[in-house]
This record gives sequence, C-alpha cells and structure tokens, in this order.
Amino acid sequence: MLTRTILSALIAALALAPAMTMAADTPGVTATEIKIGNTNPYSGPASAYGTIGKALGAYFKKVNEEGGISGRKINYITYDDAYSPPKTVEMVRKLVEQDQVALLFQTLGTPTNTAIHKYMNQQKVPHIFVATGATKWNDPRNHPWTMGWQPNYQTEGRIYANYVLKNLPDAKIGILYQNDDYGKDYRKGLHDGLGDAAKKMIVMEQTYEVTDPTIDSQIVNLKNSGANVFYNVTIPKFAVQAIKKAHDIGWKPLHLLNNVSSSLGTTLKPAGLEASKGLITALYMKEITDPQWKNDKGYQDWVAWMKKYYAEGALDDQANAYAYSVAQTLVQVLKQCGNDLSRENIIKQAASLKNLELPLLLPGIKINTSATDFAPIEQEQLAKFDGERWVLFGELYDAAKK
Amino acid sequence: MTPRARAVGVAAALAVALVLPLFVSNFRLFQFTQVGVYAIALLGLNVLTGYNGQISLGHGAFYALGAYTTAIMIDRWDVPYPLTIVAAGVLCLVAGFLFGIPALRLEGLYLALATFALALAIPQILKYFEHWTGGSQGIVLSKPNAPWGLPLSPDQWLYFVTLVVLVALFVLARNLLAGRTGRAIVAIRDNPIAAQAMGVNTALYKSLTFGVSAAYTGVAGGLSALVIAFVAPDAFNVFLSITLLVGIVIGGLASISGALFGALFIQFVPNWAQDISKAAPWAIYGVFLILFMYVMPRGIAGALRLALARVGRRGTAARA
Repeated sequence: MLTRTILSALIAALALAPAMTMAADTPGVTATEIKIGNTNPYSGPASAYGTIGKALGAYFKKVNEEGGISGRKINYITYDDAYSPPKTVEMVRKLVEQDQVALLFQTLGTPTNTAIHKYMNQQKVPHIFVATGATKWNDPRNHPWTMGWQPNYQTEGRIYANYVLKNLPDAKIGILYQNDDYGKDYRKGLHDGLGDAAKKMIVMEQTYEVTDPTIDSQIVNLKNSGANVFYNVTIPKFAVQAIKKAHDIGWKPLHLLNNVSSSLGTTLKPAGLEASKGLITALYMKEITDPQWKNDKGYQDWVAWMKKYYAEGALDDQANAYAYSVAQTLVQVLKQCGNDLSRENIIKQAASLKNLELPLLLPGIKINTSATDFAPIEQEQLAKFDGERWVLFGELYDAAKK
Repeated sequence: MTPRARAVGVAAALAVALVLPLFVSNFRLFQFTQVGVYAIALLGLNVLTGYNGQISLGHGAFYALGAYTTAIMIDRWDVPYPLTIVAAGVLCLVAGFLFGIPALRLEGLYLALATFALALAIPQILKYFEHWTGGSQGIVLSKPNAPWGLPLSPDQWLYFVTLVVLVALFVLARNLLAGRTGRAIVAIRDNPIAAQAMGVNTALYKSLTFGVSAAYTGVAGGLSALVIAFVAPDAFNVFLSITLLVGIVIGGLASISGALFGALFIQFVPNWAQDISKAAPWAIYGVFLILFMYVMPRGIAGALRLALARVGRRGTAARA
C-alpha cells in the first residue's frame, strides 16, 4: 500500500515536473516574482507621454499590495529611451539580455517599436500591448510575438468614412492632417473607407508639421475650398487652433475630430465649449474629463487609485486612464497564464482574451484576441459634442466584422 | 607624456579591446560597439572643433547622412555593407567640404548657429524625402552575419568591424595631424592671420578640415545604422549633435585619445544617471558634467596627460 502511494506520488511528481521546470526556465519568472520590461520617453520631445510609464508602475504597485498575481509580485522595470530609436534598442536589449525580463509591455512610440520589432521576434520574447496606434502590430503571421492594444488609426478613419457615406452622400470633404505616419494612417483609413467615392468627395487636403506654430492658413484654405465636411487629424495643440479658427471665420462644416484630440480637458475646453458644439469623434474609452462619467463606478475607482498610488499624476490627463486600462489587460493575461509563465504561454494567453470588459472602456466594448487576431480593441462608437458632454450615438462599430 | 608611455598605453588599450569579446555578454559588446562608433564621430568633430577651432553644433546631420546612405544602399540596392560605409564617408566628405565653403564667412558663434540650423533641419528633410528614407517609419535593416564561417555572433562581428575601422581612422587622423597639414590646421585655430602670412591657404584648409571631419562622422553614422539595424528621423534630432559636442569637450579638445574617453562618457554616463535616479536622470547627468568640467577642465585626456607628466617629473627628480 505504502509503496503504491509512494509510487503514485512519484508519478504525480514526474508529471508535474515539466510544468515546474517550465516556469523556472522562463527568464524573469520565479515562484515569487515576474519581471516585466518597459521603455517610455521620460525625457525628450515626447516626454508628455512619460506619464503612461509612471502610471503603469503605480498600477502594478496596487496589484502587488493586493498580493500580486497567483502569489507572484510584478517587478516592473522601465527605462527612459527619450523617444530615440537607437536608445530604445539599447534599453530593450538591456531588459531582455541583462535584466532578463519575461516580457516587454507597453513600449511607447511607432519608430521606437519599429526599431525593436525584428529583434523581439527573433528573441521570441512577448512584446505586447505596444503603445502606438499604427496598423502593423497586428501581424501574427510574420511577427507572432508582437501585439498592439488600442484601435488603430486606419480603423478609425474607416468609421468616419462609413458615417459620411451613409449620412452625407453629397459631402465635400476637406482634410487637415499631421505630416507623419500618424496623420497618414488616419488619411488612408478615410480614403480606403470611402473607396471609389474618395475622388469625388475629397475636395482638399492640407498638411502641417508638428513643429509649425499655427495652422490658421490651412483652415482658411479649407473653408475656401467649399468643403462641408472637415476631417480634422491633429494633435490637441492644433485641434484647439483648428476649432477656434473655424469658429472665428464662420466656417460651419460637419467637423470630424480624431480620437487623439477628443479630450474635453486638453482640447474642447481650451478651444471653447461653444465653438466645439457639434463636433463628432469616435471613442473607445470613457473621456475622463467628460461630466457624464462623474458618478460612474469605473471612473470613481480610477480616481481613488490615482489619489492613492499616483498622486503626482494629472486627473485630467486621459493618458493616465489609458495606462490604467492597459495594465488591467496585462493583469488579465497573467491571471489566465495560471502557473505556466513560459513566454509561449504568455503570448498564447494574450491572444486568447475573450470578451474582456474594462471599467474605463465604453460600455459594450469588449477586448477579443485570437491566434489570427492580434488587435485587442477593434470597437469604437461615434459621439457628438452637445456643448457639455460627448453624446454617444449609433451602434458600436466593430472593425473585426467589416 | 613620453612616446614610450604613449606606445604602452595604446598597446594596452588595443589588447583590452581585442580580448573584450571573450569576457562580456553580447549586450555589453553591443554597448562597446556603440562606444567605438561614437569615438569615430567624436574624432571627426574634434579635428574640426578641437584642432581647427571651428565650432559645429550640427554634426548630427552628417551622422544622419552617413546612416541613411548606408541604410538606403543596403535596403534599395543590396550593396554589400562594407562598400556602403565607404560611400557614407565619401558622400559626407563632399557634403562637409561644400558646407565648409560658405561656412568660411562665419566665425565662432555664428558658425555654431549655422551648423545648429543644419541639425534642426535634418529630421524634417529626412521626412520630406519619404520615397527614399521611408519617412518617419524609417528603414529596418538586418544585422550582417560574420563571413567565412567565423564562429562569431553578429554582435561580435560588428564589434570587430567597428574596431578595425576605428583603429584605421585613428591612425589616419594621427598621421594627418602630426605632419605639415596638422600644423597648418592648428595654426589657423591659434592665429589665422599669422597662418596666412606663413603661406597657409586658410580657406582651402578650413573647407578641407570640414570635409574630413564630416567624413569621419559619416562613417560613424553608417556603422551605427548597421549596429542598430534601423534608421529613423527621430534618432538624429538636435540632441545628438549636442551630445557629440559634450563628448569632445569631456574627452578632451584637440586630443585623439580624448575621442575615446568622450565616447565612453556619452555612452555610459546617461545610463548610470538613470540607475542612480529614475526621477531626475538629466539632473544627475548635469551634475556629472559639471563635476567633470570642474575637476578636469581640459577633458579626461588633458587630465591624464597632466597626471602622467607629474609622475614623470617626480620620477626624474627621484633619480637626480
């Protein structure tokens, strides 16, 4: 009897052994810790985004205080890359080869992530939920270790095209976009969405450089082109100028404002709530400066977390809400991994998110991924600004279904 | 410093450089390869600023030009990478020479401003020629593998390639600066009128110095494209040019070995600063800068020279 017990215990131990060694073999994973690497621009031209990296750390602090994930604390290592691709390469190599992180999470920027794209896939280290809206991160066939998170800019462009085709068949569209990959992705989305109608409908396209002082002349040109739809692809600083200028010169087109600048706090209030009336945008998150969420549980929990763990962070900066949500997505992935924290399983679980809803995503928006779908958020909803808040209308647009 | 002490120093440095790959990880080696790349760029800038007295705040532009030359030639035309490095150097030689001609009219701070404009403009120019440069998306390259079946990792191979280029260019610079040409270059810095009176063609020498300086920096840029395996406009902002200037001042103006010390500084000190304080790495970096300038006003190379001279004097005194 005793022998049999010992024997079965031995067999059980043998059966468990591979799972145990697997966990032990993954760099950065011990019985009590999982190491996660990140780069963010804490200095340099894009340092405004640095708050994301800090907020992520603050969220993991909360997770650790609450006991970690399956008993493992998150050891979050983040380095400054100053938004410079060579520095990103160096810092990421340090994270992977020297610090031996289990995975790379939320590295920020399109050029910076492009610089490490190939490397991460050669090293077979999960490179997940990168902080950029470019389209190329959803490419599981060629880059099975890299995954985006937010809806990509082209998808959003197609949503606006859809809306225009349905509601304004005789639209004359004027476009203003930033002359880089971000602006061009948005532009391409609209063009693709309009299809054959693009040639007929788009009457003028204007660009600006991110270093330009003003875009007033572009707005005047767009008005004079006779456009009755204004597709405004600008970052907040220029969105404020565009909304103000259009209002001042009495141009009243259907104004489609990209999600990048949809914050009340950073765009609409500085531009003037009256001038902002009638703006249309596509949202996937709750705008934290929008009064309609004041009594929302998700919003209140977020504020409580901000006050306790990230007091120096700004309560009107959407980036902090973004970081909160993306960190929650990672926590879900790690929970799903259970005790198998091999790199293979981490990326597998990241690609197995099913109908995940987060407190700061719009109601009804669900995160779904699969082995062939590396685009976690693909739903957005149109909203119109009524002078006080964004009023959601129409149904959820789902890029995965179109 | 006696020639003998110098020879011993150079031999020791070379020996360390040769055996380094045996002892450090691929990641560390990658960092040292970057040191080598920076050292070449710094030597170029030092020839111009340290020896010839022309201040450039725009050498990042030549670095970018070299990097893009290499990247485009490999990406578009599949040119073997050693040729692209040569091309990067030649192209920057010409570009630097041409830029040096109008720069003749500008002295000191005015030249610094003109070159600063170059540094400011280059990221936008790179975006403008999107067809060639890939715009802000940049160009992704593959790291070259070691040829002839050598048992080296790509990191080790690139380290040795950089080392060979570095040594060759250092020897070249030393020969250039030690002879007639070097004396003319320095004379222009110290007293342009006297130099002219002695028959030095200052205009030609200044333009040529600019060209050679840009060529060195271009070669460094080309190598950096290989080492990083990616180029994008964001990598070549104004800060790069300023970093290079910091490198030559910290390393030691008008000193060949100073380029190497400066390269070590600009590669490793920002990382240390980040290790010390995540909240304010640049404040720590600033403290390092001030300390270095205060303790070693002539740069690391200058301080070493002084220290060796003192030891040497003491030695002679003891014998006497």
